[in-house]
Amino acid sequence: MKIRAQVAMVLNLDKCIGCHTCSVTCKNVWTSREGMEYAWFNNVETKPGIGYPKEWENQDRWNGGWRRKRNGTIEPRIGSKWRVLANIFANPDLPEIDDYYEPFTFDYQHLQKAPELQATPTARPRSLVSGKRIEKIEWGPNWEEILGGEFSKRSADVNFEGVQKEIYGQFENTFMMYLPRLCEHCLNPACVAACPSGAIYKREEDGIVLIDQDKCRGWRMCVSGCPYKKIYYNWSSGKSEKCIFCFPRIEAGQPTVCSETCVGRIRYLGVVLYDADRIEEAASAADEQDLYEAQLSIFLDPNDPEVIAQARADGVPDNWLESAANSPVWKMAMDWKVAFPLHPEYRTLPMVWYVPPLSPINSAVEAGKLGSDGEMPDVRSLRIPLKYLANLLTAGKEEPVALALERMFAMRAYMRAKTVDGVVDASIPEKVGLSAEQMDHMYEVMAIANYEDRFVIPTAHRELTEDAYDLRGSCGFSFGNGCSGGTSEPNLFGPQKKHKTPLEVA
Amino acid sequence: MSDAVNQFLFGWYPYLCIAIFLFGSLARFDREQYTWRSGSSQLLRRKQLSWGSNLFHVGILIIFVGHFVGLLTPIAVFDAMGISHGFKQMMAIVVGGIAGIACFIGLTLLVHRRLFDSRIRKNSSFGDIAVLLLLYVQLILGLATIPISLQHLDGGEMIRFMTWAQGIVTLQPGMASLIADANPVFKLHLFLGMTIFLVFPFTRLVHIWSAPIWYLGRRGYQVVRTREQSGPYGGMGHTGQLPPRQPGERPVPAE
Repeated sequence: MKIRAQVAMVLNLDKCIGCHTCSVTCKNVWTSREGMEYAWFNNVETKPGIGYPKEWENQDRWNGGWRRKRNGTIEPRIGSKWRVLANIFANPDLPEIDDYYEPFTFDYQHLQKAPELQATPTARPRSLVSGKRIEKIEWGPNWEEILGGEFSKRSADVNFEGVQKEIYGQFENTFMMYLPRLCEHCLNPACVAACPSGAIYKREEDGIVLIDQDKCRGWRMCVSGCPYKKIYYNWSSGKSEKCIFCFPRIEAGQPTVCSETCVGRIRYLGVVLYDADRIEEAASAADEQDLYEAQLSIFLDPNDPEVIAQARADGVPDNWLESAANSPVWKMAMDWKVAFPLHPEYRTLPMVWYVPPLSPINSAVEAGKLGSDGEMPDVRSLRIPLKYLANLLTAGKEEPVALALERMFAMRAYMRAKTVDGVVDASIPEKVGLSAEQMDHMYEVMAIANYEDRFVIPTAHRELTEDAYDLRGSCGFSFGNGCSGGTSEPNLFGPQKKHKTPLEVA
Repeated sequence: MSDAVNQFLFGWYPYLCIAIFLFGSLARFDREQYTWRSGSSQLLRRKQLSWGSNLFHVGILIIFVGHFVGLLTPIAVFDAMGISHGFKQMMAIVVGGIAGIACFIGLTLLVHRRLFDSRIRKNSSFGDIAVLLLLYVQLILGLATIPISLQHLDGGEMIRFMTWAQGIVTLQPGMASLIADANPVFKLHLFLGMTIFLVFPFTRLVHIWSAPIWYLGRRGYQVVRTREQSGPYGGMGHTGQLPPRQPGERPVPAE
């Protein structure tokens, strides 16, 4: 057993209001640069929909993630190492920028500078790539917002597999939910495996997956390898970039920007301990529907003295162990089992977990049956089909998602009885396999969601491996060579392109 | 062509090119890792790239290996293997010709895409376009040598170029005179070929040094870095490693 710790995230989709604050704050901090305008380290999709980039979940098209071979081992779905190298000149599995969207701005200057005209001047769109005028914007970063577009197009969403999707095209039966997405910082990342340069790596101490910008050579295999399409090729710098889990903030014990700014307080960050020796075994489970449980089985109880002793021996610092014992991620994903990994069938063992959203009871008749005695509504009659959620979160296995939804309903019934009727009804949590204390705690963490309950992040121990004496006067976070920034002009080896406004490009 | 010019172009210029090729590459690798990349434009436009890039790369790799082996293997080796000079030349013409045509088709597609696709054109540096055109001209010159070679199939001309190339890399003096009365197409081809080495470190061609063949030898798939390996910047943008230090040892400030 080799115990490692990771800072993982849970998103409570039941509370996501789709405000995009996470996406916008993330973009403002990390990707508001030439070459990365089209890239959203964090984006929020309206489901059902084909998403961003188009049909990212359709692995028959993009070949992301892992494939289990007949001999029981796994390899990236884009192919063995030989095949990856054979495709290096032209990658057949790489999306084009139009699959994300062509980044654009508007001719705002025209509004101020237009001469006297008969018609009001308008600001027309212009491509940020070519500088040319775009006559009609065909696709954008959030084109399907709140079920935008025809159902026939949106219903290409692969999560409809096994669902009679036609009826959900009718207005009365339609449903929607929000899905904020970011890099999953997987335990078994396919991007790392696909990188021929070895430039992508997982940090041992906190599990964050990063791309070494100096070592990346722009072979762009990671973009194809990642089934979540959360690695973006910077077309200006020729290097791939991805969500860095705001590691400078995490190291200082602060939540990521997306989590900090989340208006709905849906995001949780905490440490989980896992057995690194069992990653491959868990990712190789024969049946896709067993992958969720297989992944759960490699997490270790942070309150178990044996685990604590072994973790100490493996170099996990004490403040990390304290945080792990108090981790909201451990509680929600592993203890109460109300949070699930996104598409475990990709075999990447993702570490951003999702609490499925509740939705209204579908038929008024059944709604009328609901008593106030805490009787549970049937989670199979909810407006969002259970199968749809299961396809998203458990490779199609419905029971775990059903139990999670029941537990969330039970929490509501239990709290209603407690606060409205003044009755502590311990039978409600028992029905869903929890104790009254657990349910109280669940309410505290999931409904009240205080800042210190949501974010339990230990500070990094840089002092163990670095000497502040060496770091004094250095430049910290920079692109390029230390303090030079790589932007000095003129540069012998191809100067950095000047930042262009679209009108200069044209 | 005067003797002095000939001496400069085929006696001295090769060394200038080799020196700048090697030291320039080294300097860029050391100083400018962030600019060291293949510079793929596939994300911006897929059209024409699949055929263009594959044909070009496969063709030029065959041509490169052919030139490398064909020019630098001592002729005694071929003699020992019983390969006649005429046969060797014919091999070079046939294999090089086929690879050259494939490469030409690919490169034509790539040049067209680079010059006439507005997305690609606007995001191409001077170097990107220049190096592509340089390769294009060089390839056409190379193909143009085939009809000239067909006029003398005894392999004598080829042996002279081999002797020259081997003489240059083994630092033999007086090699330029071997080239003096070669056909001007060959001379131009040689000159441009050396020029490609000259400009190599200043263009995206440096990605050739990084051909990731080591990937095949990577054990397993995952890469995990410990703090000690990733350096003070977490591996982002800075690859400097701290020297191992004994506990309690006083750090020596870097100059």
